[in-house]
Amino acid sequence: MLRIDQETYDAIVAHAKRDHPDEACGVVAGPEGSDRPERFIAMVNAAGSPTFYEFDPTDLLKLYREMDDRDEEPVVIYHSHTATEAYPSRTDIGLAMEPHAHYVLVSTREHGNSDGPVEFRSYRIVDGDVTEEDVSVVASLEDLRSQG
Amino acid sequence: MAVEVRIPTILRTYTGGEKAVPGQGATLSEVIENLEASHPGIKERLIEGADLRRFVNVYVNDEDVRFTGGLGTSVSDGDQVVVLPAVAGGAR
Repeated sequence: MLRIDQETYDAIVAHAKRDHPDEACGVVAGPEGSDRPERFIAMVNAAGSPTFYEFDPTDLLKLYREMDDRDEEPVVIYHSHTATEAYPSRTDIGLAMEPHAHYVLVSTREHGNSDGPVEFRSYRIVDGDVTEEDVSVVASLEDLRSQG
Repeated sequence: MAVEVRIPTILRTYTGGEKAVPGQGATLSEVIENLEASHPGIKERLIEGADLRRFVNVYVNDEDVRFTGGLGTSVSDGDQVVVLPAVAGGAR
């Protein structure tokens, strides 16, 4: 199960809506081994595309160095689908290289840039196998820590 | 030339869980051959045909090697080589 606080959840959704119709992408980092997504980091989609996303290679290095320095890992890796459901595509599965991460997909196909609900779903992707998991939204980071 | 190679989580199965391993060579290509000798199988994860895989990023001293000569990028004693899989995907 993915446990995530409301503010981070909202930040992911807001980013997806803002970048629609292009795919939005980013990471929520957390302390290594904690499974707690604590630090929201929106990334630039270097592909700038409605059907593809890729972290810019320079930003990617910076991100991983920063996480390394802080003993963090990518707990959540999120991106949006803007015309299709929030389910990993073949490309998503083939390129998923973080076996410990929760891969979050948000679909903005219904409301685009406007207010309104989105599909927000989470998966583990390991060696090409996709397993969907429940998403539990808690009120605050403190709740995440105390119940962890 | 002795360098340090930083290994991403997904490839640590080849390095016995090590985050960083020593490598030898005058170019990135030689360093990868040297890595393969100590950690068989790792080369295939980095290289396809005669080139780096499209979705594998390699940096020598923080420079993306795609801009410094790819596999021919020269390395010096004490350099740091970082391997990072792309974070990428998409609806298709």
